Amino acid sequence: MAKPRIATTSLCGCFGCHMSLLDIDERILALAELVDFDRSPIDDIKHISQRCRVGLIEGGCANEENVEVLREFRRNCDILVSVGDCATTGGLPALRNLVPLQECLEEAYVHGPSVHNPSGEIPNDPEIPLLLNKVYPAHEVVKVDYHLPGCPPSADTLWAALNALLADEPVQLPYELIKYD
Amino acid sequence: MRAEIHPMSTLLDSAVRKICKSFDNDPTRLLDVARAVQEKYRCVSDEAVDVIAQVLHLPRVTVESLVSFYAFLSREKQGRVIIRLCDDVIDRMHGYDRVLAVFREELGIEVGETTSDGNITLERTACIGMSDQAPAALINDVVVTRLNSDRAREIVRELREHMDPNRLVRTYGRGNNAHDLVRSMVHNNIQTEPLVLLSAINRCGAIRKALSLRPVEVIRAVKAARLRGRGGAGFPCGMKWEFTRAADGEQKVVICNADEGEPGTFKDRILLTEYPDRVFAGMTIAGYAIGAQEGILYLRAEYAYLRAFLEDVLQKRREDGLLGDGILGRDDVSFDIRIQMGAGAYVCGEETALISSCEGTRGDPKNRPPFPAQHGYLGRPTSVNNVETLCCVTKIMEEGAAAFSQYGTKQSSGTKLLSISGDCRRPGVYELPFGTTLREVLALCDADDAIAVQVGGPSGQMVGPEHYDRQICFDDLATGGSIMTFGPGRDLLEVVSGFLEFFEDESCGYCTPCRVGTVLLKEAVDRVRADLCEPLDIERFEEMGTMMKAMSRCGLGQTAPNPVLSTLENFPALYAGCNKVDSDGYRRSFDLEASLSEARAIRGGHPEAATNGKGGPQ
Repeated sequence: MAKPRIATTSLCGCFGCHMSLLDIDERILALAELVDFDRSPIDDIKHISQRCRVGLIEGGCANEENVEVLREFRRNCDILVSVGDCATTGGLPALRNLVPLQECLEEAYVHGPSVHNPSGEIPNDPEIPLLLNKVYPAHEVVKVDYHLPGCPPSADTLWAALNALLADEPVQLPYELIKYD
Repeated sequence: MRAEIHPMSTLLDSAVRKICKSFDNDPTRLLDVARAVQEKYRCVSDEAVDVIAQVLHLPRVTVESLVSFYAFLSREKQGRVIIRLCDDVIDRMHGYDRVLAVFREELGIEVGETTSDGNITLERTACIGMSDQAPAALINDVVVTRLNSDRAREIVRELREHMDPNRLVRTYGRGNNAHDLVRSMVHNNIQTEPLVLLSAINRCGAIRKALSLRPVEVIRAVKAARLRGRGGAGFPCGMKWEFTRAADGEQKVVICNADEGEPGTFKDRILLTEYPDRVFAGMTIAGYAIGAQEGILYLRAEYAYLRAFLEDVLQKRREDGLLGDGILGRDDVSFDIRIQMGAGAYVCGEETALISSCEGTRGDPKNRPPFPAQHGYLGRPTSVNNVETLCCVTKIMEEGAAAFSQYGTKQSSGTKLLSISGDCRRPGVYELPFGTTLREVLALCDADDAIAVQVGGPSGQMVGPEHYDRQICFDDLATGGSIMTFGPGRDLLEVVSGFLEFFEDESCGYCTPCRVGTVLLKEAVDRVRADLCEPLDIERFEEMGTMMKAMSRCGLGQTAPNPVLSTLENFPALYAGCNKVDSDGYRRSFDLEASLSEARAIRGGHPEAATNGKGGPQ
């Protein structure tokens, strides 16, 4: 029987959750025995190639490309997991939701105290995906099956959750793995 | 410039100092100080905050946070006249939108703004206790009722002419509403014959009777009458008193909760207007029973129009030896009452928040235990009782426990005052024995055709016709008094959404389950209304509701999911739209095009970039 496939992506996140995933250290060998990796920043595969059992989403949706990628994951993954606080709540990037987009861009590219931008232009190349009015958590854009809180969720948390999902068991994380104070 | 500003500042400085001094520079009277400054200067400015903090020896942030907490205090200068239009589900049913539109149009301002001449501010406020004569508004302290667009237009024109809200009252309501110290157009709308609470007043019989008993015997009588708290929770009154009496502490306190904020409740308004002696006698008896000499009537800011009248009643009772030192000639019994004004906050109806507010701080609920009976107002053992409960106490003393408990059921003795509003032809206050069925209630108020009834206000439950044979009592349909009726054709989800908006507005923000949960629930219900919901929204409601009930710090957050949970249970058809399954797993409520509108507009400003490209990301 073919091994189940896993895909991962970082949307509007900092790749910290992926770093945490790599923190499972040598257990990654055991994981490689259990699963095949599909699209992921770890193997640099650009699009999901076939149906995946689990999709791990880091980061919320800040631009149209994030939405596009998230929907690709939803279409192709049996189980979608929001990993970390940005995917779950929008996280730090969502602080911009308090400020109109135009003002955000002006602060970042024109008026900010450390900005050097003599032309005063806001980057506007059509190659750059359009920003959304607000940053959305993943579950406001597609249906999400599980949420793993944490900034980032620890390697042990990710490991425990993945093992449960792959073994088709309910994800029941002990308190120590989801306690962050 | 400095030289010009300086004298003004000195003026403000000395005036604020004077106000502080009139409250003995007592930091626990901060709320009163802030209210007085607000009244004089129409705001509590940064400068005033500085002075208050300095004089009362409080951190500046304590004063700032108090001012930001209460709806009736403001940092920005408000108009000489403030129109606070009551925005509540019942008012919305009776034409709130049209009245608001006229006010906006005539004044040329939006809600929250002040006219450019600095004269009139327009605000919206939560239920002001006038649901039986909605739509209503507070204009400064003056209540105007039964508004419509014509009257709203006239009001603005009259105000522009004389700026005197008192002159807007043309005819007084009956009874004490026409009293010289009230002069209000509010109507009592008492709809039933007097049974117990609404019977004729006997000014000192109850106190005389109580003083002839030992305090423990008074408590025993209250227990024998099986009196339970009328605010909604139904805690046995005698037991509460017993705990307070037994608690360690020299000074004990009785607080009467007249912060009648549950939308749709207005029965305390009638008790305070027509039966204040009964309320104060109840407080005095409570004081005697638990060994307290200090009483506080916490009066909601919306009922400020009754304040002068109530102060006068208190003064007369002092003169007649019913309050003060040596009550009815008994040297060993003294008790006095002060009125603590609220400043517009629903959560202050919760007893620990109410105590915080009496202590002059933000109306934040406190952790329990310790319960107020052990550690209440300023750390003193405190019994907080509802206005109606205290009136019951007076009647129990006057006529005995047996006479009182002949009404009602075994678990819920006595009568209950119901405030009935909405789609009924006889809105008003009803005194009915506990155990009366909802069907009987609806027949009395002429709302037989109601498709739904909200029992107990937004924090209570919504029930439909299959529940009309249930009884009004603590063990079945519990209510602090609010009964809202909804007739054929009413959009019940709109009602639910209105209730959730109320909780969102009134959440004090201290704990996350309530502060965030109320917003998320409202958003989800609005998705249902827009037909953009999914099966997982239903799961979400249940998950979120359970979490909020379990994790919120006080009753506000614990009851805030009730509008959704009770309609999910009793009116599942409202949520039928959620059962549509979308196979691609995309959320129907997320509209990509709409959420790109700002970026498109910004990019649209650069036509070169917009046309030269190869298109969006792949």
